[in-house]
Order: sequence, then C-alpha cells, then structure tokens
Amino acid sequence: MSPQDIFDRLTKELGEDVVFDLHADPKKDKDPWFQVAPAAIARVGTRLKDDPELACNYLECVTGTDYPTDKKIHVTYHVYSLSKKHRVVIKCFCDRESPSLPTVSTIWSTANWQERECFDLLGVTFEGHPDLRRILLPEDWEGYPLRKDYKEKDSYHGIPTTRPNPVELFAIKLPEKPGAGSAEKPS
Amino acid sequence: MSSGINDPKLNLMAPSTRWDTGVMEGGSVIQTNVDQMIDWLVNWGRANSMWYLLFGLACCAIELMQTGGPRGDTDRFGAVPRSSPRSSDLFIIAGTLTYKMALRVRRLFDQMSEPRYVISMGSCSNCGGLFQYSYSVCKGVDQIIPVDVYIPGCPPRPEALIEGLLKIQEKIKSEKYLERRYGLISSDEVAASGPKAQGT
Repeated sequence: MSPQDIFDRLTKELGEDVVFDLHADPKKDKDPWFQVAPAAIARVGTRLKDDPELACNYLECVTGTDYPTDKKIHVTYHVYSLSKKHRVVIKCFCDRESPSLPTVSTIWSTANWQERECFDLLGVTFEGHPDLRRILLPEDWEGYPLRKDYKEKDSYHGIPTTRPNPVELFAIKLPEKPGAGSAEKPS
Repeated sequence: MSSGINDPKLNLMAPSTRWDTGVMEGGSVIQTNVDQMIDWLVNWGRANSMWYLLFGLACCAIELMQTGGPRGDTDRFGAVPRSSPRSSDLFIIAGTLTYKMALRVRRLFDQMSEPRYVISMGSCSNCGGLFQYSYSVCKGVDQIIPVDVYIPGCPPRPEALIEGLLKIQEKIKSEKYLERRYGLISSDEVAASGPKAQGT
C-alpha cells in the first residue's frame, strides 16, 4: 500500500483528530510522514500491527528530535511491514516542558530499549514502559544531553570535563602561515 | 685493580647496570655489589614478563589485538594478555574513555598490584582526541590514573605500541627495585658502600 492509502485507512478507522497532516510530496519528503496525536500512539500502533491489510510487524526506529524554537520534541516512529513491504513514518509532537507519550513496547517489544534511549538522551517519559531507566549514560547523570540547551557540568565524580589548551598552557608560539596576510589569489 | 671480579677478562655476565645511574652498559664487566646485582636481575625478570590486562575500549583495541597476534607478537618480549587485573602488571588503555567507563577503569587500576604501569594508547585516551568536545568522553586518561607512556596515533600502528612497550621496559630496567620496594635503607647502604668499595 502507498502512504496515501495507509493514511486514508487510518483516518477512516480512527478519526481525523487522531491521524492527520500527511506529507507525501515525493519531491520534498523522502519518507512520507504524517502526524499522530501523542495520546493515541498506542492505539494507532495496535491498529497498524493487527490490521491484516497493514500488517506492520517491524518497528525499525524510535527517534527523538529537539526543536527549542517551536518548544516541541518530535518523536518519530519508522514502522515497516515485512510481508507487505511498505513503510510508515509517524511523528508525535510532544510538549518540550514535560514530554510524555504512551509506550508502544507492549506492541513491538523492540521499542523497549529504543524508548529507553529516547528517555536517556532527551527526557521523553513513556508511560506504561516496563523498565524506564537510563540505558547509555550512567545512572547518576544529570540532564538530557541531546537537548539543544544542555550545558556540560564542570566535573563528573571529581573528573574535570575540560582540558587546558596546550598552546595556551605552555605559551607555544605557532608559526605564521605563509601568505596568510596577503589576499588570496585565484590560480 | 686487575684482580677479582673487576678483571676485564672475567666477563661474567653482560650487560651490567651502572651503580650510579642504573643505566645498562652493554658488554661490560660487572662492577657492582650484591644489591645492584639483585636489582639488575629482578628488573631483567620484570621487564621481560610484562603481562598486560586484556582490556580494550574502542578501535585501538583492534590494533592491540593485532599487536598481540602473530605479526606484532608481543609474546617475544614476554608480554602476554591476562584476563585478571590482579595478575597483570601493565594496563594498556586502548580507546575512547567515557565517564561511565572511567570509574570502572579507576577501579581496575586500583585492583592491580604494584609495581604497575600504564600505557595510554591513541589520541582518545591521551586527551579525548576526536571526541573531546563530547559530553560523555573523559578528556584524557591521565585525569584519573597516572600514565607512564603516551602513544600518539588514531589508532597507533602495532609498531608504535611495541615501541611503547619497549619504553616501559627501559623504564623498568632503570629503576632501583630494592630501593623502591624496601625504602631508603637499602639505598643508603648502597651509597655508602658502592663507589668506595669499587675504587679501592
């Protein structure tokens, strides 16, 4: 099925306030995508997997992206059907202050670790997740480093997070590049 | 002068260690006392049995495996990998060190028995390297443990790692083991008895 067909089928079954905003311009969008209301992602996921015409049985990727100017965090799901050979890209726009989504790890169990990674690096809370802990960073890490406004701490367990520049530390005089002062001439 | 142990014809064992600098002198006659003889013997043994911890962090570990393989063959210098920090003398930090791993590296280093040596292999463990502006990468392994030899490169070739190993061997051979092990008492005796005994 084409992305337009999948979108039409989902809007017919679930309503236009749940599945909306299709971007299927082949010139602009390499992967056609559409939006899903954040609270309804588990319902949409169940429908995608259980519908015999859609049969999307493989969740490829869960990605989070921070957009501080829009005050939004986008969570993107790439879903693929191994039997029907079609792909769906779903985006959920979450509020940046307290991003929260229902988990889809009950539908596709591979979402377990991917949602943990999204929680670890961006701070998106997945409600109903069986084991929502940090997966890559240490347990006692503060902050979410893939947010654009993340500031690195001065030290971690007494280990300084900066290293002095050896050029400044030992007052090394770098040689001047030849021809740096003169204007560049095209050959 | 030309009698006893100082006889030039009596080339008992070569090379020997100079009493004052501890530097090896190739092919010379032993001009030493028992302390220095033990020092030389112990250092010879230690330098040729540098067992390193089987520990790799990133792509430098691939070169570390190459070095341990048949082409590099650190086995001919007596350096073999050990899987326990308690039985290894050398810690080769091969790869990018993250903060999460840094605490564990510190712990492994603390478990190693002294005398222990550390090689920092590659740009990442020297200073953070390519990833030094990352939020999760430790900016150099010398921020957490003392380092004896730094090997530049990204990653260094096996030849570079072998040279680092030879530098560690040089360092071991120049050490005064008894003084390090038993404190200054032994070295005072050496200083009092060493040069005078030889001058007469």
